[in-house]
Amino acid sequence: MDIMPKWVDIIVVPLISVFLAAFLSALLILAIGESPIAALNLMIEGTLFRSAGWGYMLYYTTNFIFTGLAVSVAFHAALFNIGGEGQAMIGGLGVALVCLFIPWPHWTLAIIGASVAAALFGMIWAGLPAYLQAKRGSHIVITTIMFNFIAAGVLNFFLVDVLKPKGSMDPASANFPATTHLPTFQDLASLFGFEKAFRSAPANVSFFIALLACVAVWYLIWRSPLGYEIRALGKSGPAARYAGVRPVKIIMIAMMISGALCGMMAINTTQGESERLILNFTEGAGFIGIAVALMGRSHPFGVLMAALLFGFLYQGGAELALWTKIPRELIVVIQALVILFTGALSLMVRAPLESFFMSLQKAKG
Amino acid sequence: MIDFLTLLQVLDSSLRLATPLLLVCLAGLFSERAGIFDIGLEGKLLAAAFVSAAFASITGSVWLGLLAGILASIMLSLLHGLASITLRGDQIISGVAINFLAAGLTVVIAQDLFGQGGRTPPLKSGGRFEPINFPGTTSSKEISDAGPLMQLYSELFSGHSLLVYIALLTVPISWFLLYKTRYGLRLRAVGENPAAVDTAGISVIGLRYSAVVIGGVLCGIAGAYIATSLQANFTKDMSAGRGFIALAALIFAKWRPWYALGACLLFGFFFAVDTRFQNILLPAWALSGFLIFIALGLMSYVWKKDLLDKVVLGGLALGISAIAIMVISSVWNSGISNQIKIPVVFIQSLPYILTVVVLAGFVGKAIPPRAGGQPYVKER
Repeated sequence: MDIMPKWVDIIVVPLISVFLAAFLSALLILAIGESPIAALNLMIEGTLFRSAGWGYMLYYTTNFIFTGLAVSVAFHAALFNIGGEGQAMIGGLGVALVCLFIPWPHWTLAIIGASVAAALFGMIWAGLPAYLQAKRGSHIVITTIMFNFIAAGVLNFFLVDVLKPKGSMDPASANFPATTHLPTFQDLASLFGFEKAFRSAPANVSFFIALLACVAVWYLIWRSPLGYEIRALGKSGPAARYAGVRPVKIIMIAMMISGALCGMMAINTTQGESERLILNFTEGAGFIGIAVALMGRSHPFGVLMAALLFGFLYQGGAELALWTKIPRELIVVIQALVILFTGALSLMVRAPLESFFMSLQKAKG
Repeated sequence: MIDFLTLLQVLDSSLRLATPLLLVCLAGLFSERAGIFDIGLEGKLLAAAFVSAAFASITGSVWLGLLAGILASIMLSLLHGLASITLRGDQIISGVAINFLAAGLTVVIAQDLFGQGGRTPPLKSGGRFEPINFPGTTSSKEISDAGPLMQLYSELFSGHSLLVYIALLTVPISWFLLYKTRYGLRLRAVGENPAAVDTAGISVIGLRYSAVVIGGVLCGIAGAYIATSLQANFTKDMSAGRGFIALAALIFAKWRPWYALGACLLFGFFFAVDTRFQNILLPAWALSGFLIFIALGLMSYVWKKDLLDKVVLGGLALGISAIAIMVISSVWNSGISNQIKIPVVFIQSLPYILTVVVLAGFVGKAIPPRAGGQPYVKER
């Protein structure tokens, strides 16, 4: 069954996919008359050689860890949660309601309350499609897509008709009270006397919650009985059912965990960065979660690495848009190529490697 | 209420807004009937819109634009085919990738070619599909004085671009092709039971490729329509989720061509109503009565079901009743027959909500083609 050693599957295949995506993107940059080498240098300089660059990169990374983990957990149960975008939007609504209407004495309490609300709201929004899949057999991909659009409508309604302060023109809630503001990396660095580090970058303490979520998901999937049942159902439905796994329960739980993780993305964007609820705060992070989960092979550590890479790409892409005539949308193309090579065309990457290792085994005898 | 002419104008714009939905919906129909899920309809629509606008803008000929748009859409279809038919990859992931590819590439290339922030310049008259006016129609100035039949003829039937009529023609053509020809029988069979088709000595791969290419052509026409007829240039993300609405319409239509026409016209009507009337008013008692009716229906349905049904659907029913109570309490002081404004976003969300209801199988079950989404592997 295992033709290739495990390290090839985990490390070499994703790396080749990224390399292919990078190569095609370099061709695209050449085609629009810019130098790919200069572009890469600019991206590295603007992101890794400045602490503010790191601050932006880790801000994006935090979002992608949450959505990437969310898509992975669903993947393990053989479910495709394409509705991360909508679950995050509803999560943001939860964060806003909790931050606006509960008088928090301190941010440490506020972040707990906001996390619970975000997770709960995201969970409910993922729960309906999960229920429809589990009990009514409605295809989860289609229902979660529809729920993305409905979520956008709900968010729009709340921002325009309910949460918008009187007299304000833009569709956004009032600013959250100061006691709910999360410390940014700049605030943390100043505690240790580095006032100039991470200046005005949006990365904040929710990054550490994302790291905790990685550990929690790792424990859930690989060390807990529930995770075993999730993986069993994902690998083979009939076998899992025969072993006593109840598919309805597992589908519900896996999707609700997935929705909760997507919802929690909002503590980074809404409570941490904008400090009020705005339209389009998700900025497609729910979809990037798909690329992150595919590249990270649905493993929390892989997801962390992939999220860092995409965080780098997003911050680097912003630098490119600032200094060259390469638009930000180049990153969307790279993201599409990564999804294509790691997901849909993976056989194209794997087949040559498999035949190589097959011939190696034959040579050994 | 509203006069006949206003109604005609709404129906007229419904037809124009339904056209791209219809073409994309039929594209999805061919693909899914052959067993290939196509989430990438949105991307193909967007790519075709850009390429046709760009060619029409550079060459000045709308026909070259249409042709180029169709070719671009076919290219993406073939990519989808390569990933999901030849390489047996995941069809959903491939579709997602195609959507992003189109969203990114169109803006990058548009910015490079035209330098206008990801849009094409406005198309001149040769670069657009102009409305076709039937003989004997009245001009728009005199239409309010004309008789109802004349209004119907001039406003609704006449004055659309060629592509609208083509789109309407594709419905009977698709129906005939799918249900009255040998090719159609085989195509439907390959979506239900590819092994049986293979046993009969017919190429599963060939049939599936032909289906995705037909889908590519239809998406290409739809893309050209939105960029050269509905609007007169390409703008970033101009497909605006139409590919997904068409997917919803496809489910709503239960994968049948004539039903697809009905579903797309209905969804087009929602959009037309949404753009024409900013404030839709209903008496508060009617609105809350309707909501309570749905909530009671849900509650009675879950009465004898298990705990999960009770929690999920019962919770939904409670939520709906809460909204109904809020509606009543908001007009309590001024009387229950007061008018309530329906939020615009609700009308916009209706296609998606209706699709979920249909998918849930509470109102007529939608059963997809049986082999949909699975790559075909010949038994060894």
